[in-house]
Amino acid sequence: MAAIEILGLEKTYMVGFWRKRPKRALLPLHLTVEEGEIFGFLGPNGAGKTTTLKMLMGLVFPTAGTARILGRDWTDPEVKAQIGFLPEQPYFYDYLTAHELLNYYGQLSGVPAKDRKRRVEEVLESVGLTDIKGVQLRKFSKGMLQRAGIAQAILHNPKLVFFDEPMSGLDPLGRREVRDLMVRLKQEGKTVFFSTHILSDAEALCDRVAIIYKGALRGVGAVEDLTATVQGKVEVIWHGTQIPASLKALGAECHVTGDTVSAVIPESQQDAAIDALRRERIRLIALTPLRTSLEAYFVEKLQNSPDGTGKTLGTAV
Amino acid sequence: MSPRILHIARNTFREAVRDRVLYNLIAFALLLSGAAIFVGQISIDIERLVVVNLGLTAVSLFGVVIAIFIGIGLVSKEIEKRTLYTVLSRPVRRWEFIVGKFFGLAGTLVVNTFFMAIGVFGALLYVAHKFSRPDALILVALYFIVLEFLIICSLALLFSSFSSPLLSAVFAFSLFVIGSFADDLRGFAAMAHGATRWFATGAAYLVPNFSALNVISAVAHEQPMGGQLILQNTLYALFYTAMALSGAVLIFERRNLK
Repeated sequence: MAAIEILGLEKTYMVGFWRKRPKRALLPLHLTVEEGEIFGFLGPNGAGKTTTLKMLMGLVFPTAGTARILGRDWTDPEVKAQIGFLPEQPYFYDYLTAHELLNYYGQLSGVPAKDRKRRVEEVLESVGLTDIKGVQLRKFSKGMLQRAGIAQAILHNPKLVFFDEPMSGLDPLGRREVRDLMVRLKQEGKTVFFSTHILSDAEALCDRVAIIYKGALRGVGAVEDLTATVQGKVEVIWHGTQIPASLKALGAECHVTGDTVSAVIPESQQDAAIDALRRERIRLIALTPLRTSLEAYFVEKLQNSPDGTGKTLGTAV
Repeated sequence: MSPRILHIARNTFREAVRDRVLYNLIAFALLLSGAAIFVGQISIDIERLVVVNLGLTAVSLFGVVIAIFIGIGLVSKEIEKRTLYTVLSRPVRRWEFIVGKFFGLAGTLVVNTFFMAIGVFGALLYVAHKFSRPDALILVALYFIVLEFLIICSLALLFSSFSSPLLSAVFAFSLFVIGSFADDLRGFAAMAHGATRWFATGAAYLVPNFSALNVISAVAHEQPMGGQLILQNTLYALFYTAMALSGAVLIFERRNLK
């Protein structure tokens, strides 16, 4: 069973004061997230990630389309008992302490009173919030608030967790802890759907990712599969120090290291390179496809999008 | 009642209690009760009348200010600060949120009224040295004041569900002022002609009739209160509150929380 099935969700806002004009925040989106996977929803700021999440949470109503969450209609209130949500830059009732806040959210999520206190302590410890008893949230730092946000999202032991920019505001140690937490959630059989514009996080964590830009889905799949589509380069390593002339003619950049030579060539010319080495009776040691980073794929998708100029990528990625 | 409504109401109450401005308003109301004692002492033979009038008016006015001040931010502030996101992403219906907020604010006002009423009775005991039978009527006036608060809470919530806190405050306070003169508006409608009559009559019945709920002067003058008036006012206040709350729910159910 799919954890999330998004079936053509789209959102158009009417903007302007006197003369209202439509602004499409999200074009029809079709997306399936399988149970038990960590799914990254990637895109630059303003791409439509948060709009999608808000629609799935029932905070914003779609212009068209529908979705199914954990096999049930997304509008079914009971579905929400099985999902957790961390909004972007969360802000909580700052007159409460973290314990009071989590106790309140536990009540709203239907966590039984007998388990609540223990569960609150557990999740606070799991996000690294200790020694904060009696401290109101208004005295929390941004990073501590983010941790409290993650704690409230997993408090009721949900099957599916939505994180909107979970690493935001966290120091390197905090980011690592959140990454570990996500892996732990996956190991517990939970599905994690998180949006981010920090690609290294997605690359390190996700089973699959989707890339969204200007409200449209630009690509979806496993990180390895996606990056494979834009590789197009292979590394050839052979024995000796000789560089065949025909290989040079292919435009290969060759590096001699000890008694081996390595060259990076376009994938389309790998057969020609092997033939050249055979003709010269040179022993081939390795032929390895070069893995391109998710960032390279991301940049390529955005630059090649119908209306993408890539101009904003410097700040977005 | 859904347990979620109770939890939201309790949290709303807790927020109000921890809000320092609330304490300032209560302190101010108690100060006014103190002033009532002072004025009562220099008002020969009408001490009771002055204390009851001033004391109950203080309870009513400061309760209205608290109701509007807190009520206008109940929904809009939650949207603005995005605290609502982590509530509505749980199995909480939007109507439960509105109703929970209403009960939380109403509960806050009832507790405030209780403490302010102690101040009024204390002032009365100070000037009169004992309670008399007509003093029980003060309880009826206080009950009507609470009914008034229920209406104002629901109106503040209604405005808060679609408007900014500032505009909500203007709307709610305007309705309070107009509603306080609802009897006069009805009198004007009866005397008017043509379109003005229709318009004035419509407006007179649309605005909350706070003048019917204001029996402070009658109680100060020890005039008896009939059971029928209590029943009528109760039904009217509950009906009006239910209508305003339904409006708030209808608007909020359709609202995009950007």
